[in-house]
Amino acid sequence: MFARSKFAAIVQRWLVFVIFVLVWQWAATVVDQTVFPTPSAILGQVRTLWFSGPPSHLFLGSRVSDDILPSIERLATGWAIASVAGVVIGITLGLSSTLADYASGVLAFMRAVPPVMLVPVFIVLFHIGDTMQLATIIFGSIWPVLLNAVDGARSVDPIKRDTARAYRIGRVRWITTVVLPAAAPKIFAGLRINLAIALILMVVSEFVGSPNGLGYVITNAQDTFDYKSMWAGIALVSLLGFMLNRLLVAVEDRALAWHHSSTRLLEG
Amino acid sequence: MLDVIELGHTYGTGARAHVAIDEVNFRVDEGEIVCVVGPSGCGKSTLLKSIAGLHRISTGEIHLHGRQVRDVPGDLAVVFQDYSRSLFPWLSVVKNVEFPLRGSSLSRRERRERAEDALASVGLGHVARKHPWQLSGGMQQRVAIARALAYRPSLLLMDEPFASVDAQTRGELEDLVLRVRAAQDMTILLVTHDIDESVYLGDRVLVLSESPTTVVDTLKVDLPRERDQIVTRASVEFVRLRSEVARLLKH
Repeated sequence: MFARSKFAAIVQRWLVFVIFVLVWQWAATVVDQTVFPTPSAILGQVRTLWFSGPPSHLFLGSRVSDDILPSIERLATGWAIASVAGVVIGITLGLSSTLADYASGVLAFMRAVPPVMLVPVFIVLFHIGDTMQLATIIFGSIWPVLLNAVDGARSVDPIKRDTARAYRIGRVRWITTVVLPAAAPKIFAGLRINLAIALILMVVSEFVGSPNGLGYVITNAQDTFDYKSMWAGIALVSLLGFMLNRLLVAVEDRALAWHHSSTRLLEG
Repeated sequence: MLDVIELGHTYGTGARAHVAIDEVNFRVDEGEIVCVVGPSGCGKSTLLKSIAGLHRISTGEIHLHGRQVRDVPGDLAVVFQDYSRSLFPWLSVVKNVEFPLRGSSLSRRERRERAEDALASVGLGHVARKHPWQLSGGMQQRVAIARALAYRPSLLLMDEPFASVDAQTRGELEDLVLRVRAAQDMTILLVTHDIDESVYLGDRVLVLSESPTTVVDTLKVDLPRERDQIVTRASVEFVRLRSEVARLLKH
């Protein structure tokens, strides 16, 4: 019974997606335009470009190190720096209501600035290259996690605060063992948003100025009328985003098991 | 061991000032259980928080072991009414109990042993690895009590500790408090709004007036130290005392 309902859930989740791909396949076959290839042709191109290497290299092609690795490296570095900085700054601000009040105006404004808008500024500041791309990713994706960390740190239960004070818990332990776990659900929600933003900014920053990476593959293929490769790049970026989000959700499920179970218990 | 001297508290200043506590004087001796009763809103919790050093009072002094309380004293523990909010849901039961000990000089093993002893003494040795939210309300409050016991305070403050549990559990927890007091020879100051509970648990009952709060009277509870939910509550002396407290509260 349980196994069947689990199977049903998977079917329910993916049925529409599968139909969508089939319709796409059919439509692209009927239209027959090079700018609009079929999903199977796109997947074939993904294979040819990146996954046709020898078994000893886990089938990874030689272009992986030029096209995929630089993108992943930028994304991972930028996202990690933005996340750590966001949590540290956010918790610091959240712990002091005076600081948070002073910063709230700036934060509200910064959050409203479309991150892509600053790409021209960063190109002038850092010239085209890794620094500019990292700056774009970091500056654009830090806000959701920072704001959520402020919120999380401010919302620590006053009775937990009194409890920790009554037992004379030191400042460092208070932050690491009470504030951080209490703020963790909000921080994780912020991390998921800033991962999505970081992915967008990775691609955009590679569109405008990069000698390699998936964003470069896509624009370069467009310039050379290689539409199959352009679509292959798009497919791979989407897949990357999907898998990274899944990974983050898996980590969150483990780290916040207490939160999910306790809220489920309260609602049930 | 605890002296509260001319304690008063005023919220706000000038024309907006509101005198919450007018003047409160009392002392608690070593090994005593003193219950504080008063109408709701009379500042019982404020009083308790001031003694714990969690709240700054406007006037008066609080002395613990003869030294004035200015900050949170080191050998004092508090059990709050709202157990679900005072326990940490991300820690297991035994880690919650260990939590206040982590800053001490105890080794890892000693801490764990102390926490497990405390849990055993409240009858929760078997759920040490569970999380608080997996337990019933009464059991969660036992965890909070175990945490206070593991800390081995000389003074235990309890702020309406049994107001959120059902009557059956309430009686069990009251007897638990009496048992640990007998075993560990602890001094306890317990705030409650339940007249029967104050008489049942207390060696003395401190009756407070409505705000601006003063001490109406202090009653000595002349019941045998060994108490029983049925026998004690049916005794003539118990009935006399509870009527007396009720009369003082109406005052």
